[in-house]
Amino acid sequence: MTLEWILFFALAAIAVLSALGMLRSRNAVHAAMYLVANFAVVALFYLLLNAPFIAMVQVTVYAGAIMVLFVFVIMLLGAERLSDESQALPLQGYLAWTAGGIVALTLVLVVYQSITTGQAPLPTTAVPADFGSPAAIGQLMYGQATPENPLSYVLPFEVTSLLLLVGMIGAVVLTRDALTRGREKR
Amino acid sequence: MFALVPLIVLFPLAGVVVNALFGRQLGAIRSAWLAVTMAALAFIVGLIQLGGLLGNGGEAVIVPVATWLSVGDLHVDWAFQVDALSVTMMLVVTGVGTLIHVYAVGYMREDVVHNGDPARYTRFFIFLNLFLAMMLILVGADGYAMLFVGWEGVGLSSYLLIGFWFEKGENNIGNTRAGMKAFIVNRVGDLGLMIAMALLFWNFGSLTYREVFENIEHALADPAALAILAAVGVLFLVGAAGKSAQFPLFVWLPDAMAGPTPVSALIHAATMVTAGVYLIARSNPIYHATADAYGFSPSDLVAWTGALTALIAATIAVAQNDIKKVLAYSTISQLGFMVAAAGMGAYVAAIFHLVTHAFFKALLFLGSGSVIQAMERGMHAAEDGHHGHVDPQDMRAMGGLWNRLPITKWTYLVGALALAGLPPLAGFWSKDEILLDAAEHFPAIYAVLAFTAVLTAFYVGRQLVMVFSGEPRTSAAAHAEESPAVMTGPLVALAVLSVLGGVLNLPKFGEHDPATWVHGLRNFLATALPVEGHGLIEANVAFPSAAFAFLALMFAYFFYRNAYRSAHDQDPLEGLGGLYRALSKKWYLDDLYDFFIVRPYETMAQVIARGFDQGGIDLVANSLGDLAREIAVGFSGFQRGLVRAYALVMFLGVVALLAWFQLAGPR
Amino acid sequence: MLPGIPTYAYVGLSAVLFAMGVIGVLTRRNAITIFMSIELMLNSANLVFVAYARQYASMNGQVFVFFVMVVAAAEVAIGLALIVAIFRSKRSIDVDALRQLNG
Repeated sequence: MTLEWILFFALAAIAVLSALGMLRSRNAVHAAMYLVANFAVVALFYLLLNAPFIAMVQVTVYAGAIMVLFVFVIMLLGAERLSDESQALPLQGYLAWTAGGIVALTLVLVVYQSITTGQAPLPTTAVPADFGSPAAIGQLMYGQATPENPLSYVLPFEVTSLLLLVGMIGAVVLTRDALTRGREKR
Repeated sequence: MFALVPLIVLFPLAGVVVNALFGRQLGAIRSAWLAVTMAALAFIVGLIQLGGLLGNGGEAVIVPVATWLSVGDLHVDWAFQVDALSVTMMLVVTGVGTLIHVYAVGYMREDVVHNGDPARYTRFFIFLNLFLAMMLILVGADGYAMLFVGWEGVGLSSYLLIGFWFEKGENNIGNTRAGMKAFIVNRVGDLGLMIAMALLFWNFGSLTYREVFENIEHALADPAALAILAAVGVLFLVGAAGKSAQFPLFVWLPDAMAGPTPVSALIHAATMVTAGVYLIARSNPIYHATADAYGFSPSDLVAWTGALTALIAATIAVAQNDIKKVLAYSTISQLGFMVAAAGMGAYVAAIFHLVTHAFFKALLFLGSGSVIQAMERGMHAAEDGHHGHVDPQDMRAMGGLWNRLPITKWTYLVGALALAGLPPLAGFWSKDEILLDAAEHFPAIYAVLAFTAVLTAFYVGRQLVMVFSGEPRTSAAAHAEESPAVMTGPLVALAVLSVLGGVLNLPKFGEHDPATWVHGLRNFLATALPVEGHGLIEANVAFPSAAFAFLALMFAYFFYRNAYRSAHDQDPLEGLGGLYRALSKKWYLDDLYDFFIVRPYETMAQVIARGFDQGGIDLVANSLGDLAREIAVGFSGFQRGLVRAYALVMFLGVVALLAWFQLAGPR
Repeated sequence: MLPGIPTYAYVGLSAVLFAMGVIGVLTRRNAITIFMSIELMLNSANLVFVAYARQYASMNGQVFVFFVMVVAAAEVAIGLALIVAIFRSKRSIDVDALRQLNG
């Protein structure tokens, strides 16, 4: 058992346990905290995989922005006080767990098969030093298309920024009812 | 000028269309006078055709208009045949028709108020013009196909007009039932006509008069063709029996009196019912060809049918109490005269009687309408309330109207005497021609017709006495008021025609009579119909018929003069007991029809409608619908609105797909 | 550098996390926790992308993850706005209470 495997399994265990905790906790805020832990572990995985930029983005965006948003809404709605008995529907729980188990098993089976049939290559060790660095990502995204990387992601980048704009406007529109109605009444 | 003849149909049709589309904007008065104008214009077109015919010596002219059917061997055109016979009919139809239109302007104004729906006034004139157009198609046709169009069209108009007040009548449906009866009984006759037309087409390849009659000459030698022609002749009689109310298909005509009186005058006296006579007259080559082929030829059958109808109807008329019913049976009887004449080969006499009958019968009907409305006005004026309410058409409630209706009384008298056949009125001359021909060639028929003429005079006298003489028997009669000029005007016009109408076809009074205007109609029609006989007046026939008519009238006068003191008195004829009952019940003919045909048919219809249609077919259809609904309801149970259930189902689907890919899918 | 963990390990981990996310979506009644489970699922997919990017030494995978995160952020914004709007009218974020579209 090499060091990386120990590291890997430790981190994997934390990830799975925190995910489990998120599933089983009755309190929504607790669930959010568990999820934050899960995201943090995944960020560490990204670091292991030579993706420092992505790891930073994960922490900043996912754990930092999205989960904060979640917690905001939970607090706003007072959801931590809401009871959350899972599965009031008959059979829902059993079926869900069974189905989920099947999925997991299937995917693991795929992995196992690929191992045994020798189609599971190891990651090449030959990665450039700046692999996954912000500069490299930036180069890839905004730079000229090169023969190795024929894609330039400028257009998708612009489109996603537009998407964010639309999302922002949508969120404002969806939640403005009471406020404006109150204003109009006066 | 012959090219103008399509206008004779187009003018009334234009009246129909304009009144139908713009009647409401025009208003009642203007639309009515529009209809009258169209009828008058049609009459003028008819006069133009007459002028043209007199100019070219009476030769028939065909005026094609358009092609109608061109299917395989069948080629039928819309075309008018302008010859003496059709022009005579056109003039009668449009002339009398116009007068009746004028009369109706006044009559319907009171009638729509009496029946409570003034908005229906325009509709009457639409139907009336429609009838005119259809009748003119019938008489102007160049062949049996177009004739049939007009035939059906007048049947339709008759139905529409009989049931004009469709929500009135016995049980609020009586008028509609009368219309239905007319239509259905006519249909029986139409069936005969249609089969005849099919036979003609099948054997002669065409339906136009010219071609059929030409082919008849070639067929004379062939016994099979003769048999077909004989069958056609009999079937034409069936058709005529339906349309012209001959035995046993006359039962619809008395019921048709449910329609407004102008309708009775125009359709059921002067014009539509003469279509059968016209048909037989027009088809005279067929009857002529088969006349000698068999012992009892089709034309003999026609003659006897007419004679018997005349007799039966006259006997029934004697026992009727409704003023219009008497006239209805009288019409049937006179139609019997015409049909008998046609059957005997005296086509000119038949048409002559058709013309004069149109004059005086229309006059009588319009006069009866005037009397009826006078009674209604009397009921209003008397203000007796419910007490004074009587049936304005019941002659027993009348009486003493001689002193109250100055114009109507004279015109009605003229019409009645013309009907009775008193010289020198028109009816005498035309009836005499028929009797003359019968006496010379068909003595048995002569006896029947002569007796019928006596009965005719008798019931005419009875009607005159009951309506006009004596003292008024009810307050309605006592307060009766004369009709307005728009109604009495046509009455006067028709009375004049009834007096002078005989001039159309006076017989010669001696071999060397120098008068050149005698036999005007006979000479005119000679170009279209075969003429027989010498045309002399025969004293042995004329004197007895005039004398007996006069005596019958006198007898009726004395018999009925004191018979009715009050409205509830019995007819003195009731002394005849069972015979009188049979007469007033129309020899139970309607009851027989009802029992043997109508009731079983209605029962069968009920059985099929309830059991088979509602029980069977509807059951299956409804069950299928219910089944579909149940299935849909069952399936809708899947959609319970729970999001998580949907998500689960979707996910299970994904799992299934995944499993399939893993186990059996492509790599 | 460390020789690295074989890619299949990451794929297996991702599969487990994904399955747990699915179970969370299907079994929870609180709309917000359902949403969080969805985020978990998205996350596991990201992990696979990055793992394969590393394996094939192509940064395209990482760029894709970047975009996925952007879209996830937008989605969260809208979704939470929706939940707030629903809460306003129904005073509840129990998804079982949203069953009007039935029949």
